[in-house]
Amino acid sequence: MSDIVLETRNLKRRFGAFLATNDVSLKVERGARHALIGPNGAGKTTLINLLTGVLPPSEGQVFLEGEDITSLASFRRVKRGLTRTFQINQLFNDFTPLETVALAIAEREGVGHNLWKSMAGYDRIVDEAAALLARFGLASVMGERTVILPYGKQRLLEIALAFASKPRVLLLDEPAAGVPEDERHEVLSIVSDLPADVTVLLIEHDMDLVFSFANRISVLVAGALFTEGTVAEIAADPRVKAVYLGENA
Amino acid sequence: MSAVQQETNVTAKSSTATAESRAAKLMKRRSRVRFYEIIVWIAAIAAYFLLPSKMLILTEIAILALFAVSLDLVLGFAGIVSLGHTAFFGLGAYVAGLLALHYVAEPVTGLIVAGAVSGILGLLTSFLILRGSDLTRLMTTLGIGLMMAEVANQMAWLTGGADGLSGFSPGAILGLFEFDLFGKTGYIYCLIVLFIGTMIMRRIAFSPFGISLKAIKANPMRAGMIAVPARKRVVTVYTIAAVFAGMAGALLTQTTSFVSPDVLAFHRSADVLLVLVIGGTGYLYGGIFGAVFFTLIKDWLSVITPQYWMFYIGMLLVILVLIGRDRLARWVEYLPERFSKKEDGK
Repeated sequence: MSDIVLETRNLKRRFGAFLATNDVSLKVERGARHALIGPNGAGKTTLINLLTGVLPPSEGQVFLEGEDITSLASFRRVKRGLTRTFQINQLFNDFTPLETVALAIAEREGVGHNLWKSMAGYDRIVDEAAALLARFGLASVMGERTVILPYGKQRLLEIALAFASKPRVLLLDEPAAGVPEDERHEVLSIVSDLPADVTVLLIEHDMDLVFSFANRISVLVAGALFTEGTVAEIAADPRVKAVYLGENA
Repeated sequence: MSAVQQETNVTAKSSTATAESRAAKLMKRRSRVRFYEIIVWIAAIAAYFLLPSKMLILTEIAILALFAVSLDLVLGFAGIVSLGHTAFFGLGAYVAGLLALHYVAEPVTGLIVAGAVSGILGLLTSFLILRGSDLTRLMTTLGIGLMMAEVANQMAWLTGGADGLSGFSPGAILGLFEFDLFGKTGYIYCLIVLFIGTMIMRRIAFSPFGISLKAIKANPMRAGMIAVPARKRVVTVYTIAAVFAGMAGALLTQTTSFVSPDVLAFHRSADVLLVLVIGGTGYLYGGIFGAVFFTLIKDWLSVITPQYWMFYIGMLLVILVLIGRDRLARWVEYLPERFSKKEDGK
């Protein structure tokens, strides 16, 4: 299989003298459920930031469906189908979940620049936003200000918001962090239900989730790709156990 | 499909339908006309009949309000701080003056041309505020304001320099309504422009565009991640705000038949910011409430302490900021519920 949808070539990112991303060349196949694991400080979030344009790389390139997107602004990457969730919620505090999701859908539909028609006039967008919120169990709080929602609900909104853009490549940065234990699998099952051609790159610390969700795993250590393989290969790899699983075991 | 499955499907469908109808209601209620909005416009009209001797100060309030509402679009929505908003106000004032002096005396024509010219300046200078932090934006906008003031001062052949522009009088509005000595026509004219301007900006506020501006202000990184093209939006809103600021300047020229270099003075940029601090940002009407309060208190203070009124304005500013800007921006919410509900949850 060589249908590579997301690729980095020799990606490097320095913060002063510190090399947070060290020569990462990663390939993610279309439709993959790809997990990115590694000890704390391995540079997982930095890598996601480089992929989504939140940070510019110091060296190297990022390709989306074969096209060089290294210098594209975030919003253009989203338009091309690459979006993400944040490890720490990045929401609009004074917005309601309904407004938040409706805006994301409006931007996806290319009507975000319309300054004359009221958002309430876009029936289809409002309906879609409501249905999406209902799917994530947020229907009952869709009219509340986001900042007053419980953390778990905010977490769900964070993920729902990424779904609203209908990504073809979705990067999830520890989506289950802060989600109550009993809702975690629910969150991941919504992600698993995505169409097969949607590619998911997942950062996660909960190994149960990773092993049940992913079909391919890359291990990042000290900013560099340490190893990569199927779930079975990674689970059996003694070196991975040593650098990573060993910590928890 | 088993009966149980079917049942869950039906429940899921009906709960989605409920959510949809609730969402539609919530979204509509969001842009509904508030009680205080109606009060504002009724009060403005009532003032015309009840305070016939106060037309000049009422006119001053209406002009300052339009100026402040236009700044709110930039500051309260897109979150862009500006210390140079008077560059557009002043340009509009001069354009209206020059037009009346040399070409057309009809005010509505002057108003539109002044708005258009200021809008062009807004568009050109918007690219300078795209980068950087609040501080760099403050300095850039301040600089543009100062440059405009100096240009007006130096181009005396055109602008009259320090003497300003005079010797023109506005014609009848649309050829129908003559300005009168008591400023009654002037007030109604300014009030209508303020009303139309506010209604247009209000419409913008509840559009996807307006919501995206607030998203850019609230969290630029996330706004980018839901595909909001922040720079394009900022350029557009800055241009629109400049148009209305220019129109406010034109109104001042037309109702006073005079353009003084003071229209570009720094204190005007500061005043209009103060107006928004008083009235609250992010809901447009703060500009109107602030303009009423600011003008009245300024008028009152300058009567009781002609020498030191600036001292009290300064003190007021310090107190207001100490009380807290956040609380200020929401003071409307502290009014009884049905007067105030800005956002709707329930």
